[in-house]
Order: sequence, then structure tokens, then C-alpha cells
Amino acid sequence: MTVEILGISVLWLFLFGYVIVASIDFGAGFFNASTIVTKKHHIVNNVIQRYLSPVWEITNVFLVFFFVGMIGFFPSTAYYFGTVLLIPISISIILLALRGSYYAFGTYGTKGHKGYTLMYGVTGVLIPASLSTALIVSQGGFIRETSAGGIELDYVALFTSPFAWSIVLLSLVSVLFISASFLAYYSSVAEDYDALKLFKRYTWIWSFPTIITALGIIIEMRWHNPSHYQGLLSLWWVFALSFICFITSLWLLKKKRFGWSFILVVLQFALAFYGYGVSRYPYLLYPYITIYDGFTNETMAYALVTVFIFGLMLLIPSLYLVFKLFIMNKPYIKKGKA
Amino acid sequence: MESVEFSRYLTMLTLSVHVIYATLGVGVPIMIALAHWLGLKRKDEHYLLLAKRWARGYVITVAVGVVTGTAIALQLALLWPRFMEFAGQLVALPLFMETFAFFFEAIFLGIYLYTWDRFKNPMRHFYLLIPVVLGSAMSALFITSVNAFMNTPQGFTLVDGQLTNIQPLLAMFNPAMPTKVAHVLTSAYMTTAFVLAAIAAYHLMKGNKHAYHRKALALTMKVALIFSIATALVGDLSGKFLAEYQPEKLAAAEWHFETEGEAPLMLYGILTETNEVKYAIKIPYALSILVHSNPTGVVTGLNDIPEEYHPPYVIHYFFDIMVTIGIWLTFLSLVYWIALSRNWAFIQTRLFRFLLVTSGPLAMIAIEAGWWFTEVGRQPWIMRDFMKTAEGATNSPYVGWMFVAFAILYVILLIGTVVVLTRMFKNNPAERELERMETEQRSVAK
Repeated sequence: MTVEILGISVLWLFLFGYVIVASIDFGAGFFNASTIVTKKHHIVNNVIQRYLSPVWEITNVFLVFFFVGMIGFFPSTAYYFGTVLLIPISISIILLALRGSYYAFGTYGTKGHKGYTLMYGVTGVLIPASLSTALIVSQGGFIRETSAGGIELDYVALFTSPFAWSIVLLSLVSVLFISASFLAYYSSVAEDYDALKLFKRYTWIWSFPTIITALGIIIEMRWHNPSHYQGLLSLWWVFALSFICFITSLWLLKKKRFGWSFILVVLQFALAFYGYGVSRYPYLLYPYITIYDGFTNETMAYALVTVFIFGLMLLIPSLYLVFKLFIMNKPYIKKGKA
Repeated sequence: MESVEFSRYLTMLTLSVHVIYATLGVGVPIMIALAHWLGLKRKDEHYLLLAKRWARGYVITVAVGVVTGTAIALQLALLWPRFMEFAGQLVALPLFMETFAFFFEAIFLGIYLYTWDRFKNPMRHFYLLIPVVLGSAMSALFITSVNAFMNTPQGFTLVDGQLTNIQPLLAMFNPAMPTKVAHVLTSAYMTTAFVLAAIAAYHLMKGNKHAYHRKALALTMKVALIFSIATALVGDLSGKFLAEYQPEKLAAAEWHFETEGEAPLMLYGILTETNEVKYAIKIPYALSILVHSNPTGVVTGLNDIPEEYHPPYVIHYFFDIMVTIGIWLTFLSLVYWIALSRNWAFIQTRLFRFLLVTSGPLAMIAIEAGWWFTEVGRQPWIMRDFMKTAEGATNSPYVGWMFVAFAILYVILLIGTVVVLTRMFKNNPAERELERMETEQRSVAK
């Protein structure tokens, strides 16, 4: 394995980690707010609060890890993505900032404020949409070269592209699907059967839209980026496996094996995510940067890999501690106490 | 205005907001640890409650610090894409390590907050603070080393625009790094101590006589004195560093035009159109002594530096504000400390307590002035001798709009922080909490 592939694999892993933990977080915020409207808030409130409180900062760090690593391993992405994504990513930052700080204000300051809860819900839907522009742009076709020799984002092409909107839609429905699946499991551990029933239903509701939009995107890729489409086809078996995981997860949900059902959802996304990642090899940004010409110097690459290994040795035990104390600690989940 | 100017203003805005939270983020953990340790050692509920309450407030500032930190990290790529493309190959290492350090800190802070009274041996709970203190200091170290690199880049060779012979560690441990990191750390500890002292002084000024606040004030002021002296010492070293590595920055800060020995130190004043300094306080020999520890030492003047590389002369005022506040606060905490140990009554007057209340905001202003001084003072360079600020900036025409959007965001965040913090502590005053703790203990004893 070359160091370029090692670098991108590590970053892809972080991005996947972020997709999963952030989806749970964004979805939880959405359900928390939407149930206020549907008057079912009292059912889900406890489960959601107990999960969110200790982990919200950790979610954010995954994202920072990803893009700091991206600039570290592939510095030229800073120029291309940095230049064209000024507006979409600025919007994401503003929403993330409002979300993060008002979550803290609401949780540690004034408890139970409706405004905070609503803001938390709305941003949870808008952030995946604005962040997914980075992925859309990376597919190529939305960057225009200016007469002055620079580059800029072609907003008209972006906003009128069905392909772009499909990805936005996929990001939204999969957030709700992943989140509902996890929260169903979390409520089952908490033995909160009313919440469980509700989240089980939400999982069913959002499962098929997820798979349908995903399929739709593969088909649209045929027109949007034919060479990537060929790449996707050659990895058909990965996506087939992902689909099998999807079906199995729903079967397990029916059989009330919520933990395994969630694990299979993660597997389903992992397979699709890596299938998608491998199929676009070697492009970071069609057709401008590949992982080879955008790569940093070798010395820095090895330094980063070394730091990464040491960092993980520090972080994995600490994350295990958090996991044991809060996330998978039965007395804590049930009563809010460890 | 061009995109580069808007980019500069937006970066300045984000940094100015972030540095408030970052300073507290670095400084508060050590204060929590001190109070917690004193509380355990002296079996004093007051100190334990101090640690608890500071930690509670700290969560809020950390939360906003995380999001403003994410903002500046992303804005580096959004506003300075060319710079990040270039520098990313050289300083990705400390940037990457900073994320790890912060992650480490955040995890243990979370555990610390949620595990009061959960350990049989209370010392174990205290130990959780060690990674928090270390993690926050390490993040400051790594991120400051990146800033230091922009001032004194090294660890690579540039051949025909191509970077070769890259040595990440050499880039990280560049000449500006030791003094800069030390200055950031000591001044953060100093400022945090004054901010917390100001809160205690405010309660006392309002007529509250509770021992809790008096202990808080005495503790924070002692720490403030120690770190004020440390900051002054490091500041002196920073001056010597500037004279050697960035003479243009020091000369512009001092409005020092002629290269000469026996150079005086200029405080305040105005600069005429013919570059004459008027109405300034002139301290003879002081600049030479500052730079060379010798009254006849020669200090390079601006006239010996090509004009296109002169930093804006306005940094003179930023420098003066920083130094004046620094000296004033050192003096104030020294007076307090002497008076406290000799039981002099004047430190209990309303006026003196008012001065203490102003110390917190003043220290924060000094931090801001210090960052403006160092950042504006590096102009016209973004990476000294290698890349001009204008070359590093984005050419997007929308930066002005983003400036407006972020300005609104920061107003919301700042107001939110103040409102939430005051509400949080006002609705649950320390006295009431102490009473509650006592009744609980009595009921346990029965």
C-alpha cells in the first residue's frame, strides 16, 4: 500500500466516523424538535438528552480531524475546495456554531428552553445539506475557471442540478434513518418502551427513502460523471452486500434485535461509503486533483502517520472510558447517573 | 475594498472573538485544579465549591471556544487557500497534533464534569484534571507554533518555487516558537486569574462579606501576581527575540527610525507626516536596555529597512496598550498581595475593589492588543519573507458578505455567553449552594 492510499484511507475512516456520529446527533436534534410539534416530546426527551449531553463535543472534533488531516495530507485541496466553497462552508460553520453553543447554553444554562430546542432541530437538518456541497463539488462539473486564471463555484449549475439535489436529499434521509436506528437501540437499553416504539417506527419510515435515493444517485451518476459510473458498476458486489445488510437490519429490527440491527445499518453505510470511495479512485476532485498529484511531501506524510498512531494510542483508551461511563452504561442511560 | 482586505478583517474578527474563549480555555483548567487541590488538602468546602462553579462556567466558554476554533480552522482554508496550500506542507504536523490535544482535553473535561461524587477516593476525581490542564496547554503550544512559523519560517528550502528538504520538526520548533508559546501560556494564566478575581471582587464590592468570595479573591490575585511577573519576564525575552529576528516589527512598535545606540523607549505620542514623534513619553536608553541589556546597544531603525516591508505604524499603540496594562496589573496585584499579608485595610475599600473589578476586562484588552500587535506587525507578510498576505488570500468576491454574516454570529454568541453565564450564577448563588451542602452533610451525619 502506498502512503497516499494509507493517508486517504485514514481520512475516509474519519469522515465515515463523522457521518455516523453526526447523523445520530443531527437526527436526535431533529426528532427532539419535531416531537414538540407532534406532541410526543415527553416520550423521546429523556433518551435523547442522556445520549447527547456527554458526546456533543466529540462529534465536532471528528469533523475538525477530517479537514485538518485533509489539508495535511493533501494540501492542494485547501486551494481548490477553500476557494470555491467559501459560501457553503461558511454557512455550515455558522450553523455548527449556533448549534454547538446554543446546545451548551440550553443544557448547562437555561434548561428546557423551547427556542434552543427548535434551533437545535432546524440546524440538524440544514448542516448535512450545506456540508454535502463539498461532496457534490468533488464530483466535478460545478467549478468554472475565471478569466483571471482563478476558479469559482458555478452556482447556477449547482442549484439546477438534479444530481446535486439528490445528494442533499440522501444526506437528509440517511441522517434520520441512522439516528432513528441508533435511538431505537438506545431506548431498548434504557428499557424505555414508549420511546422504543416511536423510534422503531421512525426507522421504518426513513429506511426505504434512504435506499431509493441512494439507488437514484447511482443511476444519475451515469449522466453526471460516466467514468465514475463505470467505477461504481465494477464494484457492484460491494453495493449488493450493502443492500443485503440493509434488508438484514430491517429483519433484525422486526425480530427486536435492536443492537444488531443498528450494527448492520452501520455496516450497510460502511460498505456503501467505502464502495463509493474506492470507485472514485484516484480522484479527490474531478478532474483537478488526484490523491497522487495533490499529495504532500513524503517527510510530512510519515510524520503525520506517526503522530496519528501515537494519537490513537492516547485516544482509544480515553474514548473507551467515555463509552463505558456514559454511552453504554446501563445505570447512566436509565437514570442519568453512573 | 478587495477580497484580501475583507479576508484580513474577517480573520481579525474571528481571532479577536476566539482569543477571548481560547485564553479562558487555556487558563481556567489550572485555576480549577488549584482550587480543587486546595479544597481536598485543607478539607475546605469553599475551595471545592469554587472548583465546581468555575468548572460549570468553563463548560459554556469551552463550548463557544470549540465552535469559534472550528470557524478559524476552516476559515484558514476558505480565506487563505493559497497560503494553506503552501504552508500545509510545512506545518500540518502541529495543526494535526493540536486536534489530538484538544480531543484529549475535551474527553477528560466531559468525564470530570459528570463524575463529581462518583469516586470513593476523591483524589481520583481530581486526577482527571491533569489531562485537561495538559491538553489545553498542549493545544496552545501546537497552535502557537504555527503562528510562530508564520513569523520565522524555517525547516525547508525553496528551489524555483518548489519546496524541498522539508523538516516538519524544525518548522515547528522555529525561532519564534519558544518565546511566543511561553508568552501565550503565561499571559493566558494571568488573564484568567484576573478575570476570576474580578468576579470575586465584584461580589465583595456589592457588599457581600462571605468568606467564599474573600478566599476566591485572595487565591486568584496571588496566581495573577505570579503570572504577571512571569509574563513580564517572557515579554522581555520576546522583545529581544524581535530585535534579532523581526527588527522591523520592533522598530515599528517603537517608532524607532534611526539605527542607533542609546535608543530611548517611546510611549504613546503621535506620529507626524514627516515621521516625527511628538508628545511621547521618552524613557532614555530603555529600548537599548530592553534589547541588549546594555544602554549603548545598537537597535535597528526603520530607515534601514526598505519601506515596502514596514509594518503599519499603528502597531505602536497596540504595543503600548499591552505593555501599559501589563505593568499596571502587575503593580495592582503586588499592592494587593503586600496589603493582604500586612492586613492593610485599604484593599477592602470600594474604590480598590472597583479597580480589581476592572482588572479582568483590562487583562483581556491587553490580550487582544497583543494579538493585533503581532498579527498587524507581520504585515505585509503572511509568511515572512516567503508569501505576502495578498498572495495568500482568496479572490472570491463574497468575502464582504461573509464578514457581515460572521459579525452577526459573533454578536449572538457573545451576548448568549454573557446572558447564560450571569443567569446561571445569579439564579444559584454560592451562598445558597453552601447552605445546601451543609444541610446535606448534617442529614448524612444524623
